[in-house]
Amino acid sequence: MKDFHEKKYGMVIDLDKCTGCGSCMVACMSENNVPFKEDETKKRLSITWMKVYKFTNGKSFPETEVCYLPRPCMHCEGHGGHSPCVSVCPATATDYSTETGIVSQIYTRCFGCRYCMGACPYHARYFNWWDPVWPKGMEKQLSPNVSPRMRGIVEKCSFCYHRLQLAKEKAYSEGRREVRENEYQTSCTQGCPAGAITFGDLINPKHEVYKLKKDQNAFRLLERLGTNPKVYYISSREWVRRAGDNYLAHEKTGKKQNH
Amino acid sequence: MSDSDEKNGQSGIITLFFILGFIGSLLLGWIIFPELLYSKKEQPVAFNHALHNEEVANGCESCHFFREDGTFSGVPKLAQCVECHEEPIGVSEAELTFVTDYVAKGREVPWLIYSKQPDMVFFSHAAHVKMGKQDCVTCHGHIGESTSLKPYEENRFTGVSRDIWGGNIAGISMDSWDSMKMSDCDKCHKELTGRQTSVQTQRDACFVCHK
Ligand code: HEC
Ligand code: HEC
Ligand code: HEC
Ligand code: HEC
Ligand code: HEC
Repeated sequence: MKDFHEKKYGMVIDLDKCTGCGSCMVACMSENNVPFKEDETKKRLSITWMKVYKFTNGKSFPETEVCYLPRPCMHCEGHGGHSPCVSVCPATATDYSTETGIVSQIYTRCFGCRYCMGACPYHARYFNWWDPVWPKGMEKQLSPNVSPRMRGIVEKCSFCYHRLQLAKEKAYSEGRREVRENEYQTSCTQGCPAGAITFGDLINPKHEVYKLKKDQNAFRLLERLGTNPKVYYISSREWVRRAGDNYLAHEKTGKKQNH
Repeated sequence: MSDSDEKNGQSGIITLFFILGFIGSLLLGWIIFPELLYSKKEQPVAFNHALHNEEVANGCESCHFFREDGTFSGVPKLAQCVECHEEPIGVSEAELTFVTDYVAKGREVPWLIYSKQPDMVFFSHAAHVKMGKQDCVTCHGHIGESTSLKPYEENRFTGVSRDIWGGNIAGISMDSWDSMKMSDCDKCHKELTGRQTSVQTQRDACFVCHK
């Protein structure tokens, strides 16, 4: 069956390369005007479009192994673009584009019911309990390409959609329709010093992610829920792959070609 | 008999009050409310497009051009005026104010932008002008050939220019440039591109025009 997307932007994150440094989180926050509070110690109230999780194999020394896992929005396709959050939104504030495969969030349309947060199995959505307050002078570094949010609405990672808008503008002004692979890259991809994140069009055979997602050790988080996410992870370690979903003791992880 | 006469008299008065009330609310809704809703401001400098189009070498692009990265320069910066207006050229008061208040002090002119969209809207001149081959007039009307700038009207509640929702309070547009609200963008997109990339609405996806 031919894919109904024109483009299907997605990510492949190599967990063997991720050192857990958190540069992707910083790059994301500064790129996307993500607000923060004076006291950020209560992590449950923090807004982190991109969040690095840490987990271990649960064994004691000397067998302990640690893995860091960066988690953006998975931009789930579900079936035919009916991702969990899009299906439950009563306001059409979140939508699925068949042109890009990106799940959008329109802040002025959102009225903060938070159904989408309940529907998202990845905790990728965040609620603004307060209006953002920028330390004096810092509002000058806000990006005009990303609209700021306000109290009472939900926000999440957009795959730096504004970068595609700008890349398209540039292409159009040069009389091109196609945006090149390197012209549209997310901020976290470029911010990662280890080169663990790769971004591109998952259905374009010329793009790096097209090859990487076919890796023997590639998997997606909670794949069996049918969320059909666009973020793939690669790990050579079996226990890491096992942590990506719920497996029975006798079940094996590994590649099923179901996408 | 007299009973129904009385009733007739009463209903006459009621009709009269109804008509007065009706006219009153129409006046309130159609004339007084819009007057109150928008504040009027004059542009800081009386700029004459028709005059300048004769003077510049490269038409509109002398002042409204595309940058190398494809973004649109929009209203010109002072630097684009200074090459001619270092010193007053003529004797008009408008030019004198411009030169003494802005050029001499090196201050940017705080132009009021009629077509300014709210923060969350993304618009691309490259897509429409370069790819779509559209005329400035389609969306802006005849500002580019005008001899004077009309007053800028701002919605007191939202702070958005009146040109977005249009001068007509009922939302009726005669010309394509009368208003530029979401449904206007959408209507043209539907006609000219026919794209249906939004799973929710079968129209253009929200992220085409929003950021
Ligand atoms: C000498 C420079 C100059 C030239 C040449 C020029 N303009 Fe302008 N234009 C301006 C300035 C200054 C403004 C700012 C006034 C304002 O805020 O509307 C403006 C404003 C505009 C606006 C209104 C933008 C808005 O929404 O407020 C439009 C539309 C426009 N110009 C179109 C044109 C067109 C079309 C041409 C060519 C036929 C043209 N201009 C040529 C200087 C120029
Ligand atoms: C190519 C040269 C040139 C450029 C560039 C130019 N002007 Fe002018 N401008 C003129 C000339 C010539 C006149 C007419 C002077 C006269 O004879 O009164 C004029 C007149 C004016 C006047 C007086 C208008 C009137 O009704 O008499 C204003 C105000 C003005 N310019 C503003 C600007 C601004 C603002 C810019 C930059 C966006 C600009 N000009 C750029 C050449 C230029
Ligand atoms: C398809 C409709 C459309 C066409 C065609 C179009 N514009 Fe615009 N223009 C807009 C909209 C919408 C905005 C407001 C953009 C915003 O606020 O983000 C705008 C903004 C502007 C501005 C002010 C930008 C700023 O913020 O400084 C100028 C000047 C302007 N246009 C000039 C032109 C000229 C000159 C042309 C012809 C070459 C043109 N436009 C063609 C719709 C159009
Ligand atoms: C007069 C018709 C018309 C109007 C009005 C109009 N558009 Fe468009 N727009 C088009 C056409 C046609 C294209 C496709 C151009 C192409 O790619 O050839 C387009 C393309 C675009 C694109 C680029 C989309 C992409 O991904 O390639 C954006 C963004 C956009 N329009 C935003 C807007 C907004 C916002 C408004 C209202 C403020 C608006 N447009 C009003 C006709 C219009
Ligand atoms: C063709 C371009 C276009 C598309 C596609 C589009 N919008 Fe808009 N939208 C606009 C423009 C321009 C405005 C600002 C003018 C206005 O208020 O109508 C706007 C305004 C809005 C507003 C009002 C915000 C306010 O503060 O008043 C909401 C809410 C909104 N859009 C949501 C959406 C959603 C949800 C979608 C997808 C289903 C969407 N838009 C798709 C162009 C678009």
